[in-house]
Amino acid sequence: MSDTHRIFWKGFFDCSPFILVIAPFGLLFGVAAGETGLDLVETMSMTVLVIAGVAQFTALALLEDQAPTFLVILISLVVNLRMAMYSAALVPHLGKASLKTRMLAAYCMVDQTFAVAIKQYEHAPQWPLKQKVAFYFGAAVSIIPFWYGFSLLGALVGQAIPESYALDFAIPICFISLVAPMLRSLPHLVAALVAVTLALLLAWMPYNLWLLVAAGAAMMAGARTELWLQERQA
Amino acid sequence: MNPDSGTIWTVIVGLGIGTYLIRFSFLGLIGGRELPEWLLRHLRYVAVSVIPALIAPLVLWPAATGGETDPSRLLAALIALLVGIWSNSVIGAIAAGMVTLYGVQYLVA
Repeated sequence: MSDTHRIFWKGFFDCSPFILVIAPFGLLFGVAAGETGLDLVETMSMTVLVIAGVAQFTALALLEDQAPTFLVILISLVVNLRMAMYSAALVPHLGKASLKTRMLAAYCMVDQTFAVAIKQYEHAPQWPLKQKVAFYFGAAVSIIPFWYGFSLLGALVGQAIPESYALDFAIPICFISLVAPMLRSLPHLVAALVAVTLALLLAWMPYNLWLLVAAGAAMMAGARTELWLQERQA
Repeated sequence: MNPDSGTIWTVIVGLGIGTYLIRFSFLGLIGGRELPEWLLRHLRYVAVSVIPALIAPLVLWPAATGGETDPSRLLAALIALLVGIWSNSVIGAIAAGMVTLYGVQYLVA
């Protein structure tokens, strides 16, 4: 087996533990999409075109909430802005690849592939481009098919689940579970508290504008708290 | 009421293209330029700002109960939050939340 082959499979295996995270999340997305009124084709189109679980759940929650279409898209995109950071961080490693490779790499850029790849690149910065590319796509191939597969399974199973199972609440539970482990630093905690307080106080605002205002203020509160902590330490 | 299919497709396509452009941005077009520090500092708090704001009203006033606060949902949310913070495990928090939700609904019903 050539070096490049070996490295492809290393990427594949390094990323494979994340299948355990992707599987239930994909399953729940499939079910929740059905609850919101998406049919099988719509659910799978969203999964394949967007491949960003958190944004997909955000879009569902807002569709459910009858938010105006542009706000559904806008707010879900804000959730995905973190990927601009990923994109920038990958430039030193994959920036010299062909346009076609970079286009494909952009499509495969999800939290898990990014985290696994950047950790490896920092560990082995001397790797030639070809090996870095092989590792990246090895990681992508190991989890992205599972994201598709489990969403499909969820969409199929979801149609068989009766209303009385309170699956409407799968979305909030999923989100809370995603965010809770992030609340272990003061700035993150402050941001979340500001977000919740303002969202509830401003719920009277039309067109879901409360969401933009609350999230914007919470981001500023988080950033401010971080600066304040830094200054105190200095 | 479910959203109509035109709305759903607009969201799918708009979100798909927009997300792709975000992913492609630096790697494809902008190259190695660094993001300014103030922007990075705000981006770090995107997830913990947007998601709690989005979820808080859904927890307190769920659509499924016609907007009335439901003790089983409220408790399930609280348990998921606490287990998530305490155990640092996404899957553990989801499991704890769902078990609480069904447990309480079963006991009350």
